[in-house]
Amino acid sequence: MCLLVHEYPITQRIIEIAEETAKKNHAKAVKKINLVVGDYSGYVASSIDLYFGIIAEDSLCANATLHIQRVKPKLRCKNCHGLFERKPFSFRCPYCEGEGEPTEIGKEFYIKSIEV
Amino acid sequence: MAEKKEITIMQSVYDKNEEEARKIQAELTNRNIFAINVMGAPGVGKTSSLIQITKRLRPTVKPFVIEGDIEADFDTLTLQKLGIETVQINTNGACHLDSPMIGEAINQLSLEEGILFIENIGNLVCPAEFQIGEHMKMLISTVTEGSDKPYKYPLAFEKADFIILNKCDLIPYLDFDEEFFMRGVRALNKDVPVFKVSARTEEGFDGVVQWILERMNQQ
Repeated sequence: MCLLVHEYPITQRIIEIAEETAKKNHAKAVKKINLVVGDYSGYVASSIDLYFGIIAEDSLCANATLHIQRVKPKLRCKNCHGLFERKPFSFRCPYCEGEGEPTEIGKEFYIKSIEV
Repeated sequence: MAEKKEITIMQSVYDKNEEEARKIQAELTNRNIFAINVMGAPGVGKTSSLIQITKRLRPTVKPFVIEGDIEADFDTLTLQKLGIETVQINTNGACHLDSPMIGEAINQLSLEEGILFIENIGNLVCPAEFQIGEHMKMLISTVTEGSDKPYKYPLAFEKADFIILNKCDLIPYLDFDEEFFMRGVRALNKDVPVFKVSARTEEGFDGVVQWILERMNQQ
Protein backbone atom coordinates (compact mmCIF):
# COMPACT_ATOMS: atom_id res chain seq x y z
CA MET A 1 0.00 0.00 0.00
CA CYS A 2 2.82 2.33 0.94
CA LEU A 3 4.49 1.73 -2.41
CA LEU A 4 1.33 2.30 -4.37
CA VAL A 5 0.56 5.69 -2.93
CA HIS A 6 4.06 6.81 -2.06
CA GLU A 7 5.94 6.53 -5.36
CA TYR A 8 3.01 6.99 -7.73
CA PRO A 9 2.39 10.75 -7.28
CA ILE A 10 6.09 11.52 -7.27
CA THR A 11 6.58 9.63 -10.53
CA GLN A 12 3.76 11.70 -11.98
CA ARG A 13 5.58 14.85 -10.88
CA ILE A 14 8.81 13.67 -12.56
CA ILE A 15 6.96 13.22 -15.85
CA GLU A 16 5.28 16.61 -15.44
CA ILE A 17 8.61 18.41 -14.94
CA ALA A 18 10.17 16.58 -17.91
CA GLU A 19 7.20 17.46 -20.15
CA GLU A 20 7.20 21.12 -19.12
CA THR A 21 10.91 21.36 -19.87
CA ALA A 22 10.54 19.61 -23.22
CA LYS A 23 7.69 21.92 -24.26
CA LYS A 24 9.66 25.02 -23.26
CA ASN A 25 12.45 23.79 -25.51
CA HIS A 26 10.09 23.01 -28.40
CA ALA A 27 10.91 19.30 -28.27
CA LYS A 28 8.37 16.75 -29.47
CA ALA A 29 9.50 13.92 -27.23
CA VAL A 30 11.65 13.17 -24.21
CA LYS A 31 14.26 10.48 -24.91
CA LYS A 32 15.82 10.14 -21.50
CA ILE A 33 15.32 11.43 -17.97
CA ASN A 34 18.35 11.56 -15.67
CA LEU A 35 17.13 11.31 -12.11
CA VAL A 36 19.23 11.33 -8.93
CA VAL A 37 17.76 9.37 -6.00
CA GLY A 38 19.48 9.05 -2.62
CA ASP A 39 18.77 5.85 -0.70
CA TYR A 40 17.54 8.02 2.22
CA SER A 41 15.34 10.20 0.03
CA GLY A 42 12.39 8.07 1.09
CA TYR A 43 11.73 6.91 -2.45
CA VAL A 44 12.50 3.49 -3.84
CA ALA A 45 14.23 3.75 -7.20
CA SER A 46 12.84 0.44 -8.50
CA SER A 47 9.25 1.47 -7.66
CA ILE A 48 9.62 4.76 -9.51
CA ASP A 49 10.90 2.78 -12.47
CA LEU A 50 7.91 0.43 -12.24
CA TYR A 51 5.34 3.24 -12.31
CA PHE A 52 7.20 5.25 -14.90
CA GLY A 53 6.22 2.97 -17.77
CA ILE A 54 2.56 3.03 -16.78
CA ILE A 55 2.22 6.77 -16.14
CA ALA A 56 4.37 7.89 -19.08
CA GLU A 57 1.95 6.46 -21.66
CA ASP A 58 0.21 9.25 -23.56
CA SER A 59 2.82 11.79 -22.49
CA LEU A 60 5.86 13.25 -24.17
CA CYS A 61 7.83 10.74 -22.08
CA ALA A 62 6.09 7.67 -23.57
CA ASN A 63 9.27 6.39 -25.21
CA ALA A 64 11.73 7.85 -22.73
CA THR A 65 14.16 5.79 -20.72
CA LEU A 66 14.49 6.61 -17.07
CA HIS A 67 18.06 6.63 -15.86
CA ILE A 68 18.29 6.59 -12.08
CA GLN A 69 21.57 7.41 -10.39
CA ARG A 70 21.39 6.11 -6.84
CA VAL A 71 23.35 7.74 -4.03
CA LYS A 72 24.44 5.82 -0.93
CA PRO A 73 23.97 7.74 2.35
CA LYS A 74 27.13 8.86 4.10
CA LEU A 75 27.88 9.96 7.64
CA ARG A 76 30.52 12.51 8.56
CA CYS A 77 32.82 11.73 11.49
CA LYS A 78 32.57 14.35 14.25
CA ASN A 79 36.22 13.73 15.07
CA CYS A 80 38.21 13.35 11.81
CA HIS A 81 35.44 14.73 9.48
CA GLY A 82 35.87 11.75 7.15
CA LEU A 83 32.82 10.60 5.15
CA PHE A 84 31.80 6.98 5.39
CA GLU A 85 28.91 4.57 4.81
CA ARG A 86 27.17 3.38 7.95
CA LYS A 87 27.39 -0.20 9.13
CA PRO A 88 24.12 -1.59 10.57
CA PHE A 89 23.61 -0.78 14.27
CA SER A 90 26.62 1.50 14.36
CA PHE A 91 27.62 5.11 13.74
CA ARG A 92 31.32 4.36 14.27
CA CYS A 93 33.90 5.91 11.94
CA PRO A 94 36.06 3.26 10.21
CA TYR A 95 39.08 5.60 10.09
CA CYS A 96 39.41 6.86 13.64
CA GLU A 97 36.71 5.06 15.68
CA GLY A 98 34.99 8.43 16.24
CA GLU A 99 31.21 8.88 15.90
CA GLY A 100 29.52 9.83 12.66
CA GLU A 101 26.62 12.25 12.22
CA PRO A 102 24.10 12.44 9.36
CA THR A 103 24.83 14.49 6.24
CA GLU A 104 22.70 15.44 3.26
CA ILE A 105 24.49 12.82 1.16
CA GLY A 106 21.95 10.12 0.34
CA LYS A 107 18.87 12.36 0.66
CA GLU A 108 19.02 13.68 -2.92
CA PHE A 109 15.93 13.57 -5.07
CA TYR A 110 16.06 15.67 -8.19
CA ILE A 111 15.94 15.63 -11.96
CA LYS A 112 19.44 16.32 -13.20
CA SER A 113 18.62 16.66 -16.89
CA ILE A 114 16.53 15.36 -19.75
CA GLU A 115 17.54 14.41 -23.26
CA VAL A 116 15.18 15.39 -26.07
CA MET B 1 16.39 12.57 -37.48
CA ALA B 2 16.98 15.29 -34.95
CA GLU B 3 20.07 15.18 -32.81
CA LYS B 4 20.05 14.33 -29.15
CA LYS B 5 20.07 17.40 -26.91
CA GLU B 6 20.59 17.35 -23.14
CA ILE B 7 18.80 19.98 -21.08
CA THR B 8 20.00 20.54 -17.54
CA ILE B 9 17.16 20.81 -15.00
CA MET B 10 18.53 20.22 -11.46
CA GLN B 11 15.05 20.55 -9.98
CA SER B 12 13.92 18.91 -6.76
CA VAL B 13 10.95 16.62 -7.23
CA TYR B 14 9.68 17.49 -3.74
CA ASP B 15 9.22 21.10 -4.88
CA LYS B 16 5.40 21.26 -4.90
CA ASN B 17 4.94 19.81 -1.43
CA GLU B 18 7.65 22.05 0.02
CA GLU B 19 6.25 25.16 -1.60
CA GLU B 20 2.81 24.41 -0.19
CA ALA B 21 4.33 23.66 3.24
CA ARG B 22 5.96 27.10 3.32
CA LYS B 23 2.63 28.76 2.47
CA ILE B 24 0.79 26.84 5.20
CA GLN B 25 3.44 27.67 7.79
CA ALA B 26 3.28 31.37 6.91
CA GLU B 27 -0.51 31.34 7.15
CA LEU B 28 -0.43 29.59 10.54
CA THR B 29 2.21 31.97 11.89
CA ASN B 30 0.01 34.80 10.71
CA ARG B 31 -2.90 33.43 12.72
CA ASN B 32 -0.67 33.01 15.81
CA ILE B 33 -0.79 29.26 15.52
CA PHE B 34 2.20 27.16 16.53
CA ALA B 35 2.04 23.88 14.62
CA ILE B 36 3.52 20.57 15.76
CA ASN B 37 3.81 17.54 13.47
CA VAL B 38 3.28 14.50 15.70
CA MET B 39 5.04 11.42 14.38
CA GLY B 40 5.40 7.85 15.63
CA ALA B 41 4.70 4.22 14.80
CA PRO B 42 1.17 2.82 15.25
CA GLY B 43 0.32 2.26 18.91
CA VAL B 44 3.02 4.45 20.50
CA GLY B 45 0.33 6.56 22.15
CA LYS B 46 0.17 9.60 19.90
CA THR B 47 -3.43 10.41 20.82
CA SER B 48 -2.96 9.45 24.51
CA SER B 49 0.02 11.79 24.68
CA LEU B 50 -1.97 14.57 23.03
CA ILE B 51 -4.67 14.11 25.66
CA GLN B 52 -2.06 14.60 28.40
CA ILE B 53 -0.47 17.60 26.68
CA THR B 54 -3.71 19.39 25.82
CA LYS B 55 -5.02 18.84 29.35
CA ARG B 56 -2.03 20.84 30.65
CA LEU B 57 -2.31 23.57 28.01
CA ARG B 58 -5.93 24.42 28.63
CA PRO B 59 -7.44 26.83 29.37
CA THR B 60 -4.43 29.16 28.92
CA VAL B 61 -3.51 27.94 25.43
CA LYS B 62 -6.12 26.65 23.00
CA PRO B 63 -5.25 23.34 21.34
CA PHE B 64 -6.43 22.27 17.89
CA VAL B 65 -5.88 18.84 16.35
CA ILE B 66 -5.73 17.45 12.83
CA GLU B 67 -6.00 13.67 13.10
CA GLY B 68 -4.44 11.67 10.29
CA ASP B 69 -5.47 8.06 9.87
CA ILE B 70 -5.64 5.69 6.95
CA GLU B 71 -9.20 4.87 8.00
CA ALA B 72 -11.58 5.39 10.97
CA ASP B 73 -12.20 8.34 13.27
CA PHE B 74 -11.92 6.89 16.81
CA ASP B 75 -9.24 9.35 17.90
CA THR B 76 -11.10 12.35 16.54
CA LEU B 77 -14.24 11.35 18.45
CA THR B 78 -12.22 10.85 21.65
CA LEU B 79 -10.65 14.32 21.36
CA GLN B 80 -13.91 16.00 20.39
CA LYS B 81 -15.59 14.48 23.47
CA LEU B 82 -12.89 16.21 25.51
CA GLY B 83 -13.90 19.49 23.90
CA ILE B 84 -10.88 19.78 21.61
CA GLU B 85 -11.56 21.18 18.16
CA THR B 86 -10.43 18.30 15.95
CA VAL B 87 -10.74 17.53 12.28
CA GLN B 88 -10.16 14.12 10.71
CA ILE B 89 -8.17 13.33 7.58
CA ASN B 90 -8.57 9.83 6.18
CA THR B 91 -5.91 9.09 3.60
CA ASN B 92 -7.53 5.84 2.41
CA GLY B 93 -4.22 4.10 2.03
CA ALA B 94 -1.61 6.85 1.89
CA CYS B 95 1.19 6.27 4.38
CA HIS B 96 1.82 9.91 5.40
CA LEU B 97 0.17 13.33 5.39
CA ASP B 98 1.27 15.87 2.80
CA SER B 99 0.89 19.63 2.48
CA PRO B 100 -2.16 19.72 0.18
CA MET B 101 -4.10 17.59 2.72
CA ILE B 102 -3.17 20.00 5.53
CA GLY B 103 -4.00 22.99 3.33
CA GLU B 104 -7.57 21.70 3.07
CA ALA B 105 -7.91 20.64 6.71
CA ILE B 106 -6.86 23.98 8.21
CA ASN B 107 -9.81 25.61 6.49
CA GLN B 108 -12.13 23.44 8.56
CA LEU B 109 -10.80 24.71 11.89
CA SER B 110 -11.38 28.09 13.52
CA LEU B 111 -7.65 28.58 13.91
CA GLU B 112 -6.58 31.61 15.85
CA GLU B 113 -4.00 31.80 18.56
CA GLY B 114 -3.05 28.44 19.99
CA ILE B 115 -1.25 25.23 19.20
CA LEU B 116 -2.17 22.99 16.29
CA PHE B 117 -1.14 19.36 16.69
CA ILE B 118 -1.07 17.46 13.42
CA GLU B 119 -1.16 13.77 14.28
CA ASN B 120 0.48 12.06 11.35
CA ILE B 121 -0.25 8.52 10.11
CA GLY B 122 1.15 5.85 12.46
CA ASN B 123 4.37 5.12 10.60
CA LEU B 124 8.00 5.57 11.61
CA VAL B 125 9.22 6.01 8.04
CA CYS B 126 7.33 8.19 5.56
CA PRO B 127 6.03 11.09 7.73
CA ALA B 128 9.62 12.17 8.48
CA GLU B 129 10.20 12.89 4.79
CA PHE B 130 7.47 15.47 4.29
CA GLN B 131 7.17 19.05 5.52
CA ILE B 132 3.51 19.82 6.13
CA GLY B 133 3.69 23.41 7.34
CA GLU B 134 4.71 22.63 10.91
CA HIS B 135 6.98 24.70 13.15
CA MET B 136 8.27 21.65 15.01
CA LYS B 137 8.34 17.87 14.70
CA MET B 138 7.59 15.79 17.79
CA LEU B 139 8.53 12.12 17.68
CA ILE B 140 6.94 9.63 20.03
CA SER B 141 8.95 6.48 20.63
CA THR B 142 8.27 3.85 23.28
CA VAL B 143 10.19 1.47 25.49
CA THR B 144 8.02 -1.37 24.16
CA GLU B 145 9.25 -0.87 20.58
CA GLY B 146 12.80 -1.73 21.62
CA SER B 147 15.98 0.27 21.99
CA ASP B 148 17.19 -0.30 18.43
CA LYS B 149 14.69 2.06 16.78
CA PRO B 150 17.06 5.02 16.20
CA TYR B 151 19.40 2.65 14.35
CA LYS B 152 16.63 1.13 12.24
CA TYR B 153 14.61 4.26 11.47
CA PRO B 154 17.25 7.00 11.56
CA LEU B 155 15.45 9.71 9.61
CA ALA B 156 12.58 10.11 12.08
CA PHE B 157 15.07 10.53 14.95
CA GLU B 158 17.27 12.86 12.93
CA LYS B 159 14.40 15.17 11.96
CA ALA B 160 12.69 15.35 15.38
CA ASP B 161 12.82 18.65 17.28
CA PHE B 162 11.91 16.81 20.46
CA ILE B 163 11.31 13.21 21.42
CA ILE B 164 8.88 11.70 23.87
CA LEU B 165 9.78 8.25 25.16
CA ASN B 166 6.41 6.88 26.20
CA LYS B 167 5.29 3.89 28.31
CA CYS B 168 8.22 4.34 30.72
CA ASP B 169 6.07 2.85 33.50
CA LEU B 170 6.69 -0.52 31.79
CA ILE B 171 10.51 -0.37 31.99
CA PRO B 172 10.69 -2.82 34.95
CA TYR B 173 9.01 -5.49 32.82
CA LEU B 174 11.09 -5.03 29.66
CA ASP B 175 14.67 -5.37 28.42
CA PHE B 176 14.83 -1.80 27.16
CA ASP B 177 18.49 -0.73 26.88
CA GLU B 178 18.26 3.00 27.51
CA GLU B 179 21.99 3.63 27.08
CA PHE B 180 21.96 1.97 23.61
CA PHE B 181 18.80 3.88 22.65
CA MET B 182 20.24 7.23 23.74
CA ARG B 183 23.56 6.58 22.00
CA GLY B 184 21.65 6.12 18.73
CA VAL B 185 19.53 9.23 19.34
CA ARG B 186 22.59 11.37 20.15
CA ALA B 187 24.52 10.20 17.07
CA LEU B 188 21.62 11.30 14.86
CA ASN B 189 20.49 14.41 16.69
CA LYS B 190 22.96 15.52 19.30
CA ASP B 191 20.97 18.18 21.19
CA VAL B 192 17.39 16.91 20.83
CA PRO B 193 15.47 16.93 24.13
CA VAL B 194 14.17 13.50 25.14
CA PHE B 195 11.34 13.35 27.69
CA LYS B 196 10.57 10.12 29.52
CA VAL B 197 6.83 9.91 30.04
CA SER B 198 3.92 7.58 30.62
CA ALA B 199 0.56 8.59 29.22
CA ARG B 200 -1.01 5.92 31.45
CA THR B 201 0.41 7.16 34.76
CA GLU B 202 0.52 10.77 33.40
CA GLU B 203 4.15 11.15 34.53
CA GLY B 204 6.60 13.40 32.70
CA PHE B 205 4.19 15.58 30.73
CA ASP B 206 4.64 18.76 32.79
CA GLY B 207 8.19 19.03 31.44
CA VAL B 208 7.02 18.40 27.87
CA VAL B 209 4.39 21.13 28.03
CA GLN B 210 6.75 23.62 29.65
CA TRP B 211 9.31 23.01 26.89
CA ILE B 212 6.68 23.37 24.10
CA LEU B 213 5.49 26.67 25.57
CA GLU B 214 9.04 27.99 25.81
CA ARG B 215 9.70 27.11 22.18
CA MET B 216 6.39 28.62 21.10
CA ASN B 217 7.20 31.89 22.83
CA GLN B 218 10.58 32.02 21.10
CA GLN B 219 8.93 31.89 17.66
